[in-house]
Amino acid sequence: MTTGKDIVAVKNIVKHFDISGGLLDQLSFTNGRLVRKKTTVKAVNNISFTITQGETFSIVGESGCGKSTLARTIIGLYPPESGEIYYRGSRIDGMTPADMLPYRASMQMIFQDPYASLNPRKTVQQTLEEPVVFHNKSISASLVKEKVSEVMEQVGVDPKWSTRYPHEFSGGQRQRISIARALMVDPEFIVADEPVSALDVSIQAQILNLLMEAREKRGLTYMFITHDLSVVEHISTRVGVMYLGMLCELASAENLFNSPQHPYTKALLTAIPKLGRSKPGHLPLKGEVPTPVDLPEGCVFHGRCIHSEARCTKEIPVLRLLDSGTGVACHGIEEGRL
Amino acid sequence: MSHLLEVKNLSVTFALRFGELAAINDVSFTLQRGERFGLVGESGAGKSVTGFAIINLISKPGYIAGGRVLFENKELNSLSTEEMRRIRGNRISMIFQDPMMTLNPVLTIGTQMIETILAHKKVTKKQAEEIAIEKLERVHIPSPRKRFKQYPHEFSGGMRQRIVIAIALLTDPAIIIADEPTTALDVTIQAEIMTLLLELCESKNMGLILITHDLGVVSEVTERIAVMYAGRIVEVGSTRLVIDNPEHPYTKGLINALPGSQRPGTMLNQIPGVMPTLTGMPPGCAFHPRCSVRVQECKRNVPQLMPIGNKNIMAACHLLTGKRTNSEQ
Repeated sequence: MTTGKDIVAVKNIVKHFDISGGLLDQLSFTNGRLVRKKTTVKAVNNISFTITQGETFSIVGESGCGKSTLARTIIGLYPPESGEIYYRGSRIDGMTPADMLPYRASMQMIFQDPYASLNPRKTVQQTLEEPVVFHNKSISASLVKEKVSEVMEQVGVDPKWSTRYPHEFSGGQRQRISIARALMVDPEFIVADEPVSALDVSIQAQILNLLMEAREKRGLTYMFITHDLSVVEHISTRVGVMYLGMLCELASAENLFNSPQHPYTKALLTAIPKLGRSKPGHLPLKGEVPTPVDLPEGCVFHGRCIHSEARCTKEIPVLRLLDSGTGVACHGIEEGRL
Repeated sequence: MSHLLEVKNLSVTFALRFGELAAINDVSFTLQRGERFGLVGESGAGKSVTGFAIINLISKPGYIAGGRVLFENKELNSLSTEEMRRIRGNRISMIFQDPMMTLNPVLTIGTQMIETILAHKKVTKKQAEEIAIEKLERVHIPSPRKRFKQYPHEFSGGMRQRIVIAIALLTDPAIIIADEPTTALDVTIQAEIMTLLLELCESKNMGLILITHDLGVVSEVTERIAVMYAGRIVEVGSTRLVIDNPEHPYTKGLINALPGSQRPGTMLNQIPGVMPTLTGMPPGCAFHPRCSVRVQECKRNVPQLMPIGNKNIMAACHLLTGKRTNSEQ
């Protein structure tokens, strides 16, 4: 399923978390009998897609939909329950840490909170040189130093400040340093998990520009995780929409924003507040978001969908390709009633 | 014409060991009955401090260093604690960002609602319960009688914020101050809460001061907005005019920096630098170090809010007022 141009391919990936705690937490009385019950959070369920070289693939969804878990599973921070992950054609899930090493250098991650993701007791210099030295033990100290100032320059932080600590920088500058840390090992693929969500509008624009610039100059491929649809529209080439651990729509950014298909995508797009609109004009949804502990049967979205029918409550829809190239998981669309 | 609320040259200062820091400076605006007014700006601009100062909730080491707040022609900052209590939470209610922090986790929402009513109204407990249930219905909580007896953790984030709004409505206030009411919520829930707030303001002719960093939200909900930067209002006027045709360079920069304002894939227009902190406030106009059109004057004097043309917009910018006087000459 992987062609030469695909950088990452994921196949039927599933990630669950056991949150049942110790033995005593798992025991409960039901109908007069002692029962042991496990509780699992079904964060990611059966997701497949590929990311092509040079594209910016975004995953959008609301909090708790499993988008961050998906990103972390792909990059190898969590082992998946089942499914396959390929990087440039070789399977990387289940690899030993030693075998994984070269892949770790080419896949890097940027996190949301620039206050929590930098070690407060390390200077910028120390933070930035650590990954380089780790991946290339024989590199000379002067070369590392050169590299640090080169990358700092690229992300717009004055190399003079390399001896400073994270608390001496503003949020935007810290995010630049996080980006610099990811760029230090010259990766090909970067997973950015909500990289601008914690930043103010004027700083957000600076960081987005920096990320786009790095993409052009270094030929990077991004996987971008965010809940902010206007950011997604601006920087993505393709977008996957997630709801409760499932991928409900997968489309080119243009198709997704111009002709959304899935009822959830439609509701999500109309809910974004728009400049110049004088009233919130969202498509209302029914009810509440269910928890990923008790996933609803059938389509996970049926409880909030205004178009749901009997089949939606029983059968899980699969992602089907439409003529436009958009993939959508919805019985209503498949049956032609939506 | 008398205004429902008039904020005049309001300043709040924090007295710290190393000196006095002005959090907001010379803030003035008015609110009419039933009007929806937005206070926008980035973090640290002084939006929340302004909200707190209106209901006299600035705690030490902060104090109101100058200016007045007039509500129904009463001067709020000269009232006694007792008199202020009769207005705060009664005639002027406030909604905060995080509904989990605002609600008491160990009391049922019913208890918390009755408590609020009994503090402000002479009614029996039974009557208070009826009022509370009616308000829960008003904010579209399903089966309010059953929900009334539940604890905050039994509700989702969006539902909790509805309950907080219901509590704010209990005393039928004339003004609701909502400080980032949907920042902690997902967009689909945010849209529901904003629609609800809008509907309540219209049906009850209630004034709303919406404090937010989200230009999209204010643009949809409010009729007039004030843009704040480094503790001062830099531009104020009708929402349509300010959003469609901003005058102040900061407002322009902010709107142009939004990802939705440009063709996808192109570089965004960024404002260089960051907002100054209270300790490092530059002389003159606080925006001048980041401003692309600054002139000498900007480094020397703080610009005052002035009407721009005959457009019903006021902006604080030397360049704009300079242009105005030039064209008048």
